[in-house]
Amino acid sequence: MMNLRRDVFQAIADPTRRAILLLVASQSMTAGAIASNFASARPTVSKHLQILTECQLLTQEQNGREIYYHLNPQKMKEIADFIEPFRKMWDERFNKLETVMKKYQSKKIE
Amino acid sequence: MKQKTKIKAEEGKQEVVITREFDLPLELLFKAYIEPGIVEQWMGTKVLKLESKKHGSYQFETTDAQGNQHRFNGVIHEFSPNRKITRTFEMENTPFAVQLEFLEFEPLPLDTSKLTIQIVYKSVAHRDQMLQLPFAQGINMAHNRLQDIARKYKLT
Repeated sequence: MMNLRRDVFQAIADPTRRAILLLVASQSMTAGAIASNFASARPTVSKHLQILTECQLLTQEQNGREIYYHLNPQKMKEIADFIEPFRKMWDERFNKLETVMKKYQSKKIE
Repeated sequence: MKQKTKIKAEEGKQEVVITREFDLPLELLFKAYIEPGIVEQWMGTKVLKLESKKHGSYQFETTDAQGNQHRFNGVIHEFSPNRKITRTFEMENTPFAVQLEFLEFEPLPLDTSKLTIQIVYKSVAHRDQMLQLPFAQGINMAHNRLQDIARKYKLT
């Protein structure tokens, strides 16, 4: 379980893979259509798609002769706790603000 | 533990609402946003420019642990002392789209105050990407070396 989780996190730590997820979030696409958005070689993009599919962030669907990639919202939900680092970042920033202003305030009173 | 800073990011919406109550009088909270010397202290950034007025603009510069400099800037659309700042925010030299920020300052009893920041992004996907950014950065730092090697390998 832990391994699987880490894989998902590693999968989205890569900027190209994040960009792929963003693309597919708007509409399902074929590998060719996805690759056409990147300067990287087609096999590189295929590798990224394979990783994203393996950790279930993307699902494949056969449509005639083409394979379409979809975003798997269920899996994306699992990583929804990504918001916590964002919250923490703001919390730390605001704590700093509070500390700085308290010092400023006491200096003024003296 | 009670969380002082709250984030509301509803699914499918292209906005985030950040709220925080401060153990500071309203005037001091507001001052923290407009005095360049103070902004520098709590944001850990260099203030290159900060014109706190309607049609004014700002530009900040931060230096990360690796010594790289990052600049971000914006334009102030609305400025109402101790009440409101509406501004844009943009990270320079990144693919991230500009965002719109509504900052509202409110007094609370006993010399405390509240700040509400509503951030509107270009799209839901852009918002979700920004939400994930701090996490991704953390991972990136931890796996920096590994990624560098992987990147070199990929390029050749």
